[in-house]
Amino acid sequence: MADRRQTTEKNMRTMFFIIATASIAVLFLIMLFLFKEGLPIFKTVSVKDFIFGKYWYPTSDPADFGIFPLIVASVLVTAVSGVISIPLGVMTAVYLSEIAKPRVGQIVKPMVEMLAALPSVVIGFFGMVLVAPFLQRVFGIPTGLNLFNAALMLAFMSVPTICSISEDAIHSVPDALREASVALGATQLQTIVRVVVPASLSGISTGIILGLSRAIGETMVVLMVAGGAAMLPRSPFDPVRPMPASIASEMAEAPVGGEHYYALFATGIVLFVFTLFFNIVADYLAQKYAQVGEASL
Amino acid sequence: MPVDEESLLEFNPAYDKRRKIKQSFFFFLFRGAAVVNGIALLIIVYFMVVNGWRAITWEFLTQPPMESMTKGGILPCIVGTFCLSFGAIIIALPIGISSAIYLNEYARPGKMVRLIRLGINNLAGVPSVVFGLFGLAFFVVILKMGVSIAAGALTLGAMSLPVIIGATEEALKSVPDTYREASLGLGATKWQTIWWVVLPSAMPGILTGAILGISRAAGETAPIMFTGAVFFTPKLPTSIFNEVMALPYHIYVLATAGTEIEKTRHLQYGTAMVLIALVLGMNLVAILWRARLRNRLK
Amino acid sequence: MNVPEQSKNDDSPEYKMSSEDLDFYYGDFKALNNVTMGFKSCEVTALIGPSGCGKSTFLRCLNRMNDLIPISRVDGKITLDGENIYLPSVDVVMLRRKVGMVFQKPNPFPKSIFDNVAYGLWVNGIKDKAFVRDCVEESLKRAAIWDEVKDRLQDTALGLSGGQQQRLCIARALAVKPEVVLMDEPASALDPIATQKIEELIHQLKEMYTIIIVTHNMQQAARVSDVTAFFYLGKLIEAGDTDSIFTRPTKKQTEDYITGRFG
Repeated sequence: MADRRQTTEKNMRTMFFIIATASIAVLFLIMLFLFKEGLPIFKTVSVKDFIFGKYWYPTSDPADFGIFPLIVASVLVTAVSGVISIPLGVMTAVYLSEIAKPRVGQIVKPMVEMLAALPSVVIGFFGMVLVAPFLQRVFGIPTGLNLFNAALMLAFMSVPTICSISEDAIHSVPDALREASVALGATQLQTIVRVVVPASLSGISTGIILGLSRAIGETMVVLMVAGGAAMLPRSPFDPVRPMPASIASEMAEAPVGGEHYYALFATGIVLFVFTLFFNIVADYLAQKYAQVGEASL
Repeated sequence: MPVDEESLLEFNPAYDKRRKIKQSFFFFLFRGAAVVNGIALLIIVYFMVVNGWRAITWEFLTQPPMESMTKGGILPCIVGTFCLSFGAIIIALPIGISSAIYLNEYARPGKMVRLIRLGINNLAGVPSVVFGLFGLAFFVVILKMGVSIAAGALTLGAMSLPVIIGATEEALKSVPDTYREASLGLGATKWQTIWWVVLPSAMPGILTGAILGISRAAGETAPIMFTGAVFFTPKLPTSIFNEVMALPYHIYVLATAGTEIEKTRHLQYGTAMVLIALVLGMNLVAILWRARLRNRLK
Repeated sequence: MNVPEQSKNDDSPEYKMSSEDLDFYYGDFKALNNVTMGFKSCEVTALIGPSGCGKSTFLRCLNRMNDLIPISRVDGKITLDGENIYLPSVDVVMLRRKVGMVFQKPNPFPKSIFDNVAYGLWVNGIKDKAFVRDCVEESLKRAAIWDEVKDRLQDTALGLSGGQQQRLCIARALAVKPEVVLMDEPASALDPIATQKIEELIHQLKEMYTIIIVTHNMQQAARVSDVTAFFYLGKLIEAGDTDSIFTRPTKKQTEDYITGRFG
């Protein structure tokens, strides 16, 4: 009887372990298929020409497969969105965890979470039909579908990520540190800037990196709002074509097993490597400084 | 103690005034940042509702699109989105809950757990369009499912996995250890403890996670573009190997690739409003429910 | 009971701080009931009583630390140098500079030893580097920890032992030159040797400061304090010279507590 119970117990454990490895398996399959379908393009183009080539004319004859303008577009859109989303997200987190009265916080926090829940296609649609004409009129530019508009929309998609992770980090700073600071005659702002934020910096950085990672991988917004021109932009109001937009818009026309198809998967590899890098850095930060906030015994 | 230096520490009204002004200014900025987020949400929802309101009629919700999608309704899209997101959750829920049970109840900290967590974190970070590529290459082409509910739901399910695992783990962590100890102390095995004690207490938290997972899946476009959703099909699906229309993809198609983009604006707004109502409604329920759970635990 | 005698003349200049008819509420719960007592300069006052008796709450009223709890409320008044610190016109930030605090658990900032002590000066607008350096050294010396840390001022404070951390926190509190120092069970998380050092330190510090210390350790109260006040169920039961409280308590509850019959 006891033996049978032990065997069952052991089997359950093994079963749960196997299922738990599903995430790794999926991740592995994703990589496997990206490489399987992406690597053949390098029979036609060298890795260097693919990544640094300035021309993306996948359907011309002969075709050009240079994704440099797409990479630059992705990086720029993400960077500009970060300029907006990082201060906005961190400041909102500080407000929610340190300043807001509980009742106000209970209203604002769900709103930030709802912002995260808005489908990306709706945000893209909003950027297209309302923000674009607005920008066009205000700045007198030929098209409102451009780098800046896309970055603005992406910023509001990454704010919730940055905000909620930062808030958790700030929340985990022990009250003893706040009390110590206040008892020395520091104002609340001084306590926040000199004690609370430094003590939660690793968590805040993790949030920022994951927010940026979300922005660089986001597809629908850049597909609908960035303008779609595969060229190096000269100003923030130029249309661009970030990597996800290129993949999403061209995959329907690219015949399975053709060069264009392979090139799009190879673009997927580059995009994947970018986000993988962001995530590993975030993971490293979260692990390395996990204990910093705990200053007491 | 040198006396002249002591005076440096005396109350300095000018400095004190400066730092108070600074505090007011920065608190104003912090509050402003929070307000901007709220306003962004309200503006987006406001415009969708104001412009979409008139499109919403009984016919709009119950008829297929007509006359090359310039008239008619969105019934196939609603049904398609429903099939895809529930399919995704049916796939992701058992795997996600089991993974979380392993990580939270069985696993001992070590290299393996570290690796699994790294896998989950990175899976959560994979761009949605890359999931689409994966689904296309694996489910659609290699497994020969074609563009279908099955392929789309599997792709969305893989994508929802980290959300479900995260929510379940949080729910499991909130079950006090005293419950486990009490059950183990009565001679129950670990699995009996999990099944009879831990899971029932964690269930509300897990279900909120599931709701969030469904709403996330329902709003996604990029993963289903190549795997489950099509431009147009008036038929309602009869098998999981049928292709379907989906709300998010329909918005994208009407807004960018329709023959008469301006003329179908009201249909676009209407579809967007239905999608928002669906997604935010589910989220609101989940958020409020979770807040109530957390308060009760305090 | 000698409390009313004290309260009669609480405006008299011999009290550095005093409280008058102080009530304190956490939400609906009345944690302090009509507490009236005074604290003299250059004396150590010990607040004793069983856990939950309100002694820590009372201590935290003295520098308005309880303001940080949103649902709390105070009735009555507390004066510092004759001025009510709960008047709306009082600047709580300035108050806390004059009335410093050392906490139950050592709570150094995750910064260097030097930065921990200098923090209070910086936030109060002092930028003169030489002055800050002198001040840090002087405070560390006064807190009897200078010799142990003088060679590693730039190391993180989290690397110190518990006893050292607590003395660092005392140095940090002294650096802003407070007039009153509140100590909330400052030795309860420490081993006997570290505790002894802290007690010696309190003895030296009372020459310059008004010290109010909460402790659940009666021997400690007897060793370090001049005046002892016994709290029970949110009320001040009895206060007076430490010697007389411990040898001839006037209230039965005090006697029961001191002789170990409850608490």
